[in-house]
Amino acid sequence: MRRLLPHPLVSAALLALWLLLNQTLAPGPALVGIVVALLGGRAYDRLEQGRPRLRRPGIALRLAGLVLVDVARSNLAVARLILNRRQDPPAGFIRIPLALRDPRALAVLAAILTATPGSAWVEFDAEEGWLLLHVLDLGEEGEWVRLVKDRYEQPLLEIFA
Amino acid sequence: MTATLLGWALLLAQLMIGGAMLCASWRVLRGPRAQDRVVGLDALYVNAMLLLVTFGIRSGTQVYFEAALLIGLLGFVGTAALAKFLMRGEVIE
Amino acid sequence: MIPQVAELPWFVALPVALLLLAGAGLTLIGSIGLLRLRSFYERVHAPTLATSYGMGCILVASMLFFSVLQTRLVLHEVAIGLFILLTTPVTLMLVARAALHRDRLERNAAVPPTIDRRAA
Repeated sequence: MRRLLPHPLVSAALLALWLLLNQTLAPGPALVGIVVALLGGRAYDRLEQGRPRLRRPGIALRLAGLVLVDVARSNLAVARLILNRRQDPPAGFIRIPLALRDPRALAVLAAILTATPGSAWVEFDAEEGWLLLHVLDLGEEGEWVRLVKDRYEQPLLEIFA
Repeated sequence: MTATLLGWALLLAQLMIGGAMLCASWRVLRGPRAQDRVVGLDALYVNAMLLLVTFGIRSGTQVYFEAALLIGLLGFVGTAALAKFLMRGEVIE
Repeated sequence: MIPQVAELPWFVALPVALLLLAGAGLTLIGSIGLLRLRSFYERVHAPTLATSYGMGCILVASMLFFSVLQTRLVLHEVAIGLFILLTTPVTLMLVARAALHRDRLERNAAVPPTIDRRAA
């Protein structure tokens, strides 16, 4: 089973994408999709050493919901900053010390922070764990540190523990 | 009734996205630096993709969907290659 | 517009219209930000407006419209959404890092320097 399906999540995602693009559940395309999914899973196994395990799916779902709400909120905040003609946004760089070291968890954190309007991941120092973040609305620096550390890093530490 | 409502909404939406594309093109033309042009080009790609999706709704066919997907794919590859070029001065090392 | 649109019930047409306008509006504001914001690092934030909820609203409008029009579930817009969602952070991060690299090479004062390792 492990040889045939080394990455069940990757294979399932590939199959879902295949069926979505074909817009059908007919047996023919589904069969081709299964073959693609199996081959894709094996190819991914060759590329990536180690097996990502999705522990605590509950926390992952909660984090996803949190990100959805945060992105909506920062969409409105950034829109307001852009449309405010009188003053330029108080933008700036922040350094945040991170405890995360797992490359996959860091990738997820980077994607979350960059996809959110108003914050962009600029640089990460892997040795000492410093993150350089550029934010559009600097405000109080502690606020941003707390947002990243408590709201995103803590659940990620638990998920990829 | 619904046809006029949707027709007007589509027209307005397409005008807005067209305006967004003009803004992005201006950033591509003006610069001032290469990285600004790359970010502008990336935004231009995404806006063009969204414009195609609205064209799909207007014409009621799903042909535009494929074009939108292609633009999304090519936009990503293009921007990634340009970013690599900015970093190193060459795309393939 | 195609003639079948006239048969759409208003409780579908209205949300589709509103979602389209909201998505296009967010996209436009994002691109205006691309024009208006003054430094490169501020401008990196602007396109994410279009690639998060701007794109989301328009794709949901398209899914809703085609699902009702063809009386079957049309979900393939999700593929575009997922794809843009995954690639935008990657491209923006790459460009931002390239810009940082270039600015540091030119010793631009507006950019924070590399961390000096006290241990070294």
